Amino acid sequence: MRALDFDYMLGLVPVILSYVPITLAMAVASMVLALILASFLAVERVIKVPVLDNLVVLFISFFRGTPLLVQLFLFYFGLPQLLPALANINGVTAAIMGLTLHFAAYMAESIRAAIAGVDRSQWEAAQSIGMTQVQMMRRIILPQATRIAAPTLVNYFIDMIKGTSLAFTLGVTEMMGAAQKEAAGSFLYFEAFLVVAVIYWVMVEALSQVQGRLETRLNKAFAR
Amino acid sequence: MISIRGLTKSFRGAPVLREIDLDIEDGEKVVVIGPSGTGKSTLLRSLNFLDVPDAGQITVGDLTIDAARASKSEILALRRRTGFVFQNYALFANKTAKENIMEALVTVQKRPRAEAEERALSVLRETGLAEKADSYPAALSGGQQQRVGIGRAMALGADVLLFDEPTSALDPEWVGEVLDLMRRVAEKSQTMIIVTHEMQFAREIADRIVFMDGGKIVESGPPRQIFDAPRDDRLKRFLKRVSREEQSG
Repeated sequence: MRALDFDYMLGLVPVILSYVPITLAMAVASMVLALILASFLAVERVIKVPVLDNLVVLFISFFRGTPLLVQLFLFYFGLPQLLPALANINGVTAAIMGLTLHFAAYMAESIRAAIAGVDRSQWEAAQSIGMTQVQMMRRIILPQATRIAAPTLVNYFIDMIKGTSLAFTLGVTEMMGAAQKEAAGSFLYFEAFLVVAVIYWVMVEALSQVQGRLETRLNKAFAR
Repeated sequence: MISIRGLTKSFRGAPVLREIDLDIEDGEKVVVIGPSGTGKSTLLRSLNFLDVPDAGQITVGDLTIDAARASKSEILALRRRTGFVFQNYALFANKTAKENIMEALVTVQKRPRAEAEERALSVLRETGLAEKADSYPAALSGGQQQRVGIGRAMALGADVLLFDEPTSALDPEWVGEVLDLMRRVAEKSQTMIIVTHEMQFAREIADRIVFMDGGKIVESGPPRQIFDAPRDDRLKRFLKRVSREEQSG
């Protein structure tokens, strides 16, 4: 067994760190879009619009039922053959599309469950003062569902950050792609991938700290 | 004035309300009593359309709706004329005491925030909870939550306030303060329909007692007549049972 090349690893850290912004940008953009899409899907699942409901069920089933990597390949390599307008789709766009649709399907289910978890008395109280469906959702139900869903949604965000590493298969040079290139030059695969692993780990740990603070804030109204 | 005609409701084929007719004058206090499961709460919830009646007509002020064909906007209009006080308080858990009262004023009645806030604070003073304005429901006692619940219904300026067993979920120590607040509300010639098991309170606050059994109004009249000279056997049995329970409890 050979010894680890620590000097090489230390030198690699700033190189990989310079790709943190592209990784985070893909993760944040996908998370924001996925949250918006998931909220619509979840509300639809609760109120069940005829026909649309079947489509939503199909959508969720497909994007939960197939691997993220397969979906990314479909968007990046497959779709442009079908739709010439997408011929120039770049890797980042395809990755954001794939991550958004994939995670929206998961998040829709946890938001739906969170909506269903809001106590019945809250729905009745909102109805009793004459709120419309939209007012009730926006003012009373969704804010309370957010609190229930928050821990799960943060978990999906963590998954999403790690999921951006798949973008390197679409030719995007993000953290994983950079590590791959470096390793191919130096042949120090273990060192390169260990550095990238630790950097992902530190990012996710930092996020867990934020999660704690977010949950305290969301629970403020419920503390005795 | 409130007028109910032929109000009928079944749950999965089991009739709960059988053609209820009832007229209530402005400012009248009506207390509905009767054994459990006889449709008292369903009657009240139907007036707020929390339960949807199968048939019948409901008139509140100048609004008359046909229960079987009520449109969404008619239902909203009816709810905005009827304030509802829940047995389990049902305060908005994500809002403070003050915000609970403001919510209907701002979101439903579209009043300016400053005006709504002023109104909410004045209602809180009336309910004796001014210093709890910024407390969330989880930090309030059951009695305090129910007083906010009553305040929320009062603030609507509704034609009628509906109380669905407002003290049944409370620890005995909080019942007094809630009944006191209801007495103060009653003094303001507010029309009230109250479902309760507090017989002493019913006798004292009611202009009229309505006794229900088996989804029907069996007997109704002023408290003295109902409690001291009941005619129907079912009412006599019910009163005997209740007075036994009160003595043993």
